[in-house]
Amino acid sequence: MEEKFINLTLKVWRQKRGEKKGKIETYQAKHISTDASFLEMLDIVNDDLTIAGIEPIAFDHDCREGICGMCGQVVNGYAHGEEKGTTLCQFHMRRFKDGDTIFIEPFRAKAFKVVKDLVVDRSAFDKIIQAGGYITAKAGGAPEANIFPVTYETGELAMNAAECIGCGACVAACPNASAMLFVSAKISHLALLPQGRPEAAKRALAMVRTMDACGFGNCSNERECENSCPKNISITNIARLNREFLAAGVLSTAM
Amino acid sequence: MQLNSNVPSGPLKDKWDKHKFELKRVNPANKRKFEVIVVGTGLAGGSAAATLADLGYKVKNFCIQDSPRRAHSIAAQGGINAAKNYPGDGDSIFNLFYDTIKGGDYRAREANVYRLAQNANNIIDHCVATGVPFAREYGGLHANRSFGGAQVSRTFYARGQTGQQLLLGVYGQLCRQIGLGGVEMFPRRDILDIVIVDGCARGVVCRNLVTGEIESHSAHAVVLATGGYDNVYFLTTSGMHSNVSACWAAYKKGAAFANPCYTQIHPTCITVHGDYQSKLTLMSESLRNDGRIWVPKNKGDKRSPDQIPESERDYYLERKYPSFGNLVPRDVASRNAKLACDEGRGVGNTGLAVYLDFSEAIERDGEDVIRAKYGNLFQMYHKIQDEDPYKVPMKIYPAIHYVMGGTWVDYNLMTSREGLFCLGGANFSDHGANRLGASALMQGLSDGYFVLPYTIGGYLATQSLTNVNTSHQAFKDAEKQLTEKLDKLMNINGKRTVDDMHKELGLIMWDYCGMARNDAGLKTAIQKIQALRAEFWENVSVSGSRKDFNQTLEKGYRLADYLEFGELLARDALMREESCGGHFREESQTEENEAKRDDEKFCHVAAWEYAGEGKDPIRNTEPLVFENVKLTQRSYK
Repeated sequence: MEEKFINLTLKVWRQKRGEKKGKIETYQAKHISTDASFLEMLDIVNDDLTIAGIEPIAFDHDCREGICGMCGQVVNGYAHGEEKGTTLCQFHMRRFKDGDTIFIEPFRAKAFKVVKDLVVDRSAFDKIIQAGGYITAKAGGAPEANIFPVTYETGELAMNAAECIGCGACVAACPNASAMLFVSAKISHLALLPQGRPEAAKRALAMVRTMDACGFGNCSNERECENSCPKNISITNIARLNREFLAAGVLSTAM
Repeated sequence: MQLNSNVPSGPLKDKWDKHKFELKRVNPANKRKFEVIVVGTGLAGGSAAATLADLGYKVKNFCIQDSPRRAHSIAAQGGINAAKNYPGDGDSIFNLFYDTIKGGDYRAREANVYRLAQNANNIIDHCVATGVPFAREYGGLHANRSFGGAQVSRTFYARGQTGQQLLLGVYGQLCRQIGLGGVEMFPRRDILDIVIVDGCARGVVCRNLVTGEIESHSAHAVVLATGGYDNVYFLTTSGMHSNVSACWAAYKKGAAFANPCYTQIHPTCITVHGDYQSKLTLMSESLRNDGRIWVPKNKGDKRSPDQIPESERDYYLERKYPSFGNLVPRDVASRNAKLACDEGRGVGNTGLAVYLDFSEAIERDGEDVIRAKYGNLFQMYHKIQDEDPYKVPMKIYPAIHYVMGGTWVDYNLMTSREGLFCLGGANFSDHGANRLGASALMQGLSDGYFVLPYTIGGYLATQSLTNVNTSHQAFKDAEKQLTEKLDKLMNINGKRTVDDMHKELGLIMWDYCGMARNDAGLKTAIQKIQALRAEFWENVSVSGSRKDFNQTLEKGYRLADYLEFGELLARDALMREESCGGHFREESQTEENEAKRDDEKFCHVAAWEYAGEGKDPIRNTEPLVFENVKLTQRSYK
């Protein structure tokens, strides 16, 4: 598609640090290339705000190639914008028309407190991984890598789950602010691999318990998480999480 | 400054084992008495923090992002090397060592590179044990692919996101230690000074990026694993927050900075478009396994690629380098792309692009096979360029992707400042003047999992360190100095934004210090950087408050450091009057335009020493001695 330049009206959530309430402010985004990414559009607006003496809009970002999971905003009601399988940094302005109005809000959830403007605190995700989202292995005692054969298909399934970037879009998109897709992706990744089996039961129980303690909601099969996931993580992982959790509860003494 | 590499004596293959035996150890019960600060949570920092805590040390780990899982190692795509010889194509530890030394154009230490090659196989074993889902063959065993500069398939990969999977493996190990209380994690912090007491690094001063508070943290040793300085060029493939500030602070506190002019231009990046562009995106080198690089034979041929017949295409890498073809090392591939575009044979709107064409591979293997290998890369290209690479050849051009230079370290990974260590991309040690693909991940994990945990014990066991906490005057002085600098920056109230000035610095660096450099250009660059630095301190605009979440201020102090560091990079390039690897001096080339080394004058590491504000830095040298490989003109023909 040919590059064009468009003008837009932005309705942006502004919230000072430490304050409980914020509000929508209106800004103009002028002469935006349709080849620019959504975050580059915000860079341009922020430079204009700085020159006008207004504090720029705070937003998280880093790699800008869709893998670090740091960026994320709700754009016109969609986590990471309307394009499927895409992080906000890879969402391009060619999706908009001249004169459009865009609503930009932070990822909202009880477990994700707003830090400032569009920046939220996702440390609850780290806490869940700390509870058990790993395999215990000392650096030095590992067996030869080919000792655990993994069928091609199982490897692919594990990798599909392991692709989760921990951005939190699934939580923001869910009406219950549930973190089940995030948790199930890690549990599936490790439970599918032979090296992950010894701790599978303990892991499932500990991660689910921590998820609940952090204030995430329950899953009621809305499938909004899968639909908003920039890495297309499937909700079949949630089914696997439920099986792992049930089996762990029934068979384990680790309750 | 006296630079002692501390490389152990004895035969190459026995050095590391001998050294491990000779290193003094800290007994398990005493380890908990030592605190270690680790800055960075990438492959090097994260693995070091997790392993040190597992051994019993008390670790404080810092990162810029909101979570340790987001360090920029995550963006590495193609793979990680090891000498497992799974494909049975004749690989060995010595072969991996030899390729890495040669790929680095004979500007790295033999002993360090050999240790790296020795550790590579342990890394793969450990990563698999921690759950990294490397690609498998149908029989269930691991698959390998080829990378540039090697004639064997030794690269392990997880689709096109190997860095992500390795980092998440490290992040798991780190999280386990955080949960167990062995690591105290400090996210959203910028390390802005290193505190020295009695000549030894004893802590850091940082800015809390959420509250803006200046915080001090003390320890018995400090480890920097803060990645590379490539963002001095503004447009690079690095993360937006990557910066040189911690290493620059270390430099000013006595940690020499080595070979800053060794920068890597990656041949296959998505091309530059508008001036609003914030960063560049890499297309993994692994694509050169199946993609063929070409330009039209004739200048100014503006036909669309499908209209250009085979006989009018120039597959220039295959033509000039028949034995390595499209898999020549990165510096060679980049210079040849520039050469083709300089000749007027570049493609696309700007003429600054060459084709990377998969049509033959798709015809041979089918689209599904290509999708399985590179699907996420093709999707990324499609999103950015709005063109389907399964149907139209990719348009690519070289871009700054990595830096081989970095903080000088000895064999123990200790800098020239006692008690201050430096790991991974932030140090200079293993890649010489050019890094081969799939070697950065290997180095980060080698340093963090398998080198530092031994060598730091050797340091701590032999010191009689006094108790120091953050009420020590050295911390108070550093905090005061930093606060004054930040206040000064906040009060300039000029007319130019930080990004605007950073882009100008980036252009100076790219134009005069990029893919080709010469004496006059480098002198111009130094003058221009000095002028821009002076303007910065009078005309930059930083809004908001110092004591708040303030991303403009973060960018501002990082740029202030880059404006000093950029000059050192140009100086280093000016003084190194030879071409080697990624450093190409136009005055020093063969008749065939290949990089020509001058081993008589420059077979050494240049380690720059800070001499004080306003004074010219001092260029120290560490001679490089080659006992196991013969220095030759690199040839990939």
